[in-house]
Amino acid sequence: MSVQTAVKGHGKTASTVVGGAWVRDARKAPRRRRACLMGTMAALVFALLAVNILLGSYTVTIPDFFAMLGGKTIPGASFIVMENKLPQALLGMLAGASFGVAGAVFQTMLRNPLASPDIIGISYGASATAVAAVVLFGVRGAGVSVAAIIGALLVALVITALARRRGGTGLILIGIGAAAFMQAVVTFLMSRADVSNAQELMVWLTGSLNSANWERVGLLTIALVVLAPFVAVGSRELRGLSLGGDTAAGLGFNVPRARLLLTILGVLLAALPTAAAGPIAFVAFLSGPIAKRLNGGAASLPLSGLVGAAIVLAAHFVAVNAIPGTSLPVGVVTGALGAPFLLWLLIYTNRANQGG
Amino acid sequence: MASAAVSVKEGTTPEPASVPFAAAAVPTPGHTTAASQGSSQRFSTVPAKTFGTRRRLLWLTALVLVLGVVALVSLAIGARSIAPGTVLDALFHFDPANGDHAVVHSRVVRTVAGLIVGLSLGLAGTSMQGVARNPLADPGILGINAGASLAVVAGIFFLGAANVSSYLWFAFAGSAVAAVVVYAVASLGRSGATPVKLALAGAAIAAGMGSLMSAMLVTSQDSLELFRRWQVGALAGKSWDSVVAVLPFVAVGVVILLCTGRLLNMLALGDDMARGLGHRPGLGRAISAVGIVLLCGSATALAGPIGFIGLVVPHLLRGLVGPDYRWLLPLSLLGAPAILLAADVVGRVILLPSEVPAGILAALIGAPVFIAVVRRGKQAEL
Repeated sequence: MSVQTAVKGHGKTASTVVGGAWVRDARKAPRRRRACLMGTMAALVFALLAVNILLGSYTVTIPDFFAMLGGKTIPGASFIVMENKLPQALLGMLAGASFGVAGAVFQTMLRNPLASPDIIGISYGASATAVAAVVLFGVRGAGVSVAAIIGALLVALVITALARRRGGTGLILIGIGAAAFMQAVVTFLMSRADVSNAQELMVWLTGSLNSANWERVGLLTIALVVLAPFVAVGSRELRGLSLGGDTAAGLGFNVPRARLLLTILGVLLAALPTAAAGPIAFVAFLSGPIAKRLNGGAASLPLSGLVGAAIVLAAHFVAVNAIPGTSLPVGVVTGALGAPFLLWLLIYTNRANQGG
Repeated sequence: MASAAVSVKEGTTPEPASVPFAAAAVPTPGHTTAASQGSSQRFSTVPAKTFGTRRRLLWLTALVLVLGVVALVSLAIGARSIAPGTVLDALFHFDPANGDHAVVHSRVVRTVAGLIVGLSLGLAGTSMQGVARNPLADPGILGINAGASLAVVAGIFFLGAANVSSYLWFAFAGSAVAAVVVYAVASLGRSGATPVKLALAGAAIAAGMGSLMSAMLVTSQDSLELFRRWQVGALAGKSWDSVVAVLPFVAVGVVILLCTGRLLNMLALGDDMARGLGHRPGLGRAISAVGIVLLCGSATALAGPIGFIGLVVPHLLRGLVGPDYRWLLPLSLLGAPAILLAADVVGRVILLPSEVPAGILAALIGAPVFIAVVRRGKQAEL
């Protein structure tokens, strides 16, 4: 499309300029557009971060905020900002980015917008083992993360094994079955937990940033920094796989190895924020398609991450400030918005007569 | 398929003993292969197994017996097990002074609740698979239980509903809305309501409603306490009042759905064929939907959301008596409660001294069956 507009614009000069500068222009256009988009999204995420920290039920001025960052203690404000709002906002940003990338990895690899980890049961697997660890063994802190990762990996292993040679639709349906199974496990464990534990777990299961602290932010940051180079490698492989297994193999990609790498990467990226903030509903599912549409139809992992971060931060601000006096878990807002979007996506793909 | 097609030609009554056999069919023992030649020629291209009336009656009797035995077992087994003789004694010569008799009597309500919930879910599930022409239809998968749950929680949270007869109306409204939305969304577009679209629309509805539900639950500890016990799908601790409250609705729903057997056989041939044979698929679906909503709403109000019973039972029965809905529907009234009661009995003893609610066990057993059905299905269908 951009080639055609470029031809129109430079039609007269193209014949005179040897080497065809317009060709180079046209080839660079999508990349420039993506850079522009990334810049805008990054600015949006930053703005939302600032809104979450500075505005809301307790307003902080910008100079005060920097003074506190510098180590100055302002009675009242310091605690709210440094122990409450700042870790919550940072955790939301990191978790959203991680969910967004995880969703895009699965959606692109399986070439189906419906194949995100929260729909095919991987997030439920993480919740089930994490709840089991808390209720049955009284695990706290980093142990919960480990349990969540093990659960997510197990579910991913089981459903890919069961769905071998059944195509994308088969995998999604089997994933829905697995999700139902995991949900039954969670429900059962919840009914056995004592009341105070149950309330806390209920909040966690909905996906909430309210219990964020620096320890969780730190853990998630370290994990994501470690995973970042792998995401960069995976992003390249993903571009090959998005053409389909056979084409990718023909182009010289090692398809089984790339699939394995991307699956493990996607599972880790889905499980880590689940352990830290709970399975925030539909973020993984929403980010990929939105980023793809913004980017003119091409999947992009960093853009999906930014979209995910923006969704969680915006939803968190709504959740905290929608009802005065109570602060809802962020998952309530994303779930309530995500369900209509999924229904719309179903209707839309039906019209286009693809998918499903 | 073959048997459904046959029944179209044979008319409304259940086939007589000389049910036509396809050429490749394996004759049932004791059944002469004096098939009507005309039919067997007409359908000889379909190499399907057919099911004789005698075989079906045999399974009918067997299921009645199984249900009877399971019901007795449900009265006898639990934290305190009671000898079968004493159970019968307690039923027919009740002695208030005898402790064992009192235990048996307390289990009667639970067993009756299990029967009602089981038959409601089984019949609703079977009917849904016929109406949606979809092997994966189930009140749990399609989000209908979630709709009922959300409505009940809203009732608890906003209006302080605390007993089954007030849960009922919320459950009806919730399941009706969910059913309409899921089916409407899935059936838009050219290919109609395919299994994956129905399942996804159901999952979307369930997830969205789950979010709204937790919005209410995290803000109210009292609601969470009520809900947490209701949500697990337990049959324990029901009162006669609750059972009696849902009974009339279940009865109406059962009657409506039992009358739709012929219609579902027609729908199995496709909407166009059904219309050509003088049926009105749209109207039929609407009538069935009323019955399904009545049954799902009642079951959910009484015992909480129990999934997968409605999915598993029709698949098991199809293996026993074939795809004719005029047999599937009534037999699901026997098979489903037997399975639910069995799950309840297992749940009572598997983790003594505490119990695993029947709804949890049903999902733990049913989800693998769901996956097996997906794996067995042809790619073209799913």
